[in-house]
Amino acid sequence: MGEMDTLKKEADGLKTQIEAARKAVNDTTMAAVASGVAAAPRVQLKNRKTLKGHLAKIYGLHWSADNRHMVSASQDGKLLIWDTYTGNKVYAVPLKSSWVMSCSMAPSGNLVASGGLDNMCTIVNIKAASPKTLRELDAHEGYLSHSRFLSDTEILTASGDTTCCLWDLETGKQKVIYKSHVGDCMCLAVSPDQNSFISGACDSSAKLWDVRDGGCKQTFIGHTSDINAIAFFPSGTAVITGSDDCTLKMYDLRADQEVNGYQDAALNAGVTSVSLSSSGRLIFAGYDNFNCNIWDSLKAEKVGVLSGHDNRVSCIGVPDDGLGICTGSWDSFLKIWN
Amino acid sequence: MSSKMQSSNNTAHARRAVQQLRIEASIERIKVSKASADLMHYCGEHAKYDPLLMGIPASENPFKDKKPCTIL
Repeated sequence: MGEMDTLKKEADGLKTQIEAARKAVNDTTMAAVASGVAAAPRVQLKNRKTLKGHLAKIYGLHWSADNRHMVSASQDGKLLIWDTYTGNKVYAVPLKSSWVMSCSMAPSGNLVASGGLDNMCTIVNIKAASPKTLRELDAHEGYLSHSRFLSDTEILTASGDTTCCLWDLETGKQKVIYKSHVGDCMCLAVSPDQNSFISGACDSSAKLWDVRDGGCKQTFIGHTSDINAIAFFPSGTAVITGSDDCTLKMYDLRADQEVNGYQDAALNAGVTSVSLSSSGRLIFAGYDNFNCNIWDSLKAEKVGVLSGHDNRVSCIGVPDDGLGICTGSWDSFLKIWN
Repeated sequence: MSSKMQSSNNTAHARRAVQQLRIEASIERIKVSKASADLMHYCGEHAKYDPLLMGIPASENPFKDKKPCTIL
């Protein structure tokens, strides 16, 4: 028992040290620094397209790197790949397990991944003569909450077993396991340079990881409930998190702390999803209350709202060219706005 | 699991947690004023290329339904 006491004392000491070090560089607030910046214009986006085809709740969406195609996942047991310019469905991939929680598309556009309560990440080649299952990545001990391809040969996954994992798609085996969270991992986002990624979990923390060596470099605290959504600011030097505590936070990686918070006393719905406009100035956040709110990332003011869904907005995404935003909902529809 | 194994698991877990905290305590941090200024600068530099901020002319909007024009 003696060793446990010593370890606890050392842990508490280190936490105090970290808190003091963060305080020491906390010389101002972003609100103060941004007070001189012109307010973002009131953002009024129109619903340009409604993509109809799913028959049940949509749980995930991911834009292709070509800015035109998109994959969506629904608990109707299908992945649909859309041509968003025409609104047509290009491929339908039937899933072995309909309890899907996420989907993603490889940068090449050749592969899509999906997974959920089956604890597996299934990789499908959509460019084959007919969509063909390439791999079933089976080693997580909990549900698959999120995935992102680094390339056609590597994918990162986040799981309810509290770990994230990097997989080699040529062998189907785990390459690196990222262990440090003490709650279900709910989301992940890859840095623009692909050398690191950030994860959000039910332990209310976000963690920054080195992709190659598996080490956790930084931990960001402050949320008081599950972190459901996470995104990198386009510069790669900050991250935005969305939580069941109804707030979003911006953490700066180099200052190692929260630099801005996005909340409204009137809002008491959890944040389910988050995405940023191409300059990083606008944050789009999907909420349990069927809306998507648009925040000015610098001034932390609400500058718009996207309403039109009849149920929770579960997923959201902006394509790389920044030309629009897509929302996916439990009402079974995807809507594109700009 | 015997209680001896369980307590040694707890110790191993606690040791890993301390190791992790040591890593996190040792990083260099920059001032929030500099971090905020850099983020603001990034937004400023990229604002004019941000279609959702600037608006998109109808002719360049790939999602806008193209309706035929009627000359009255």
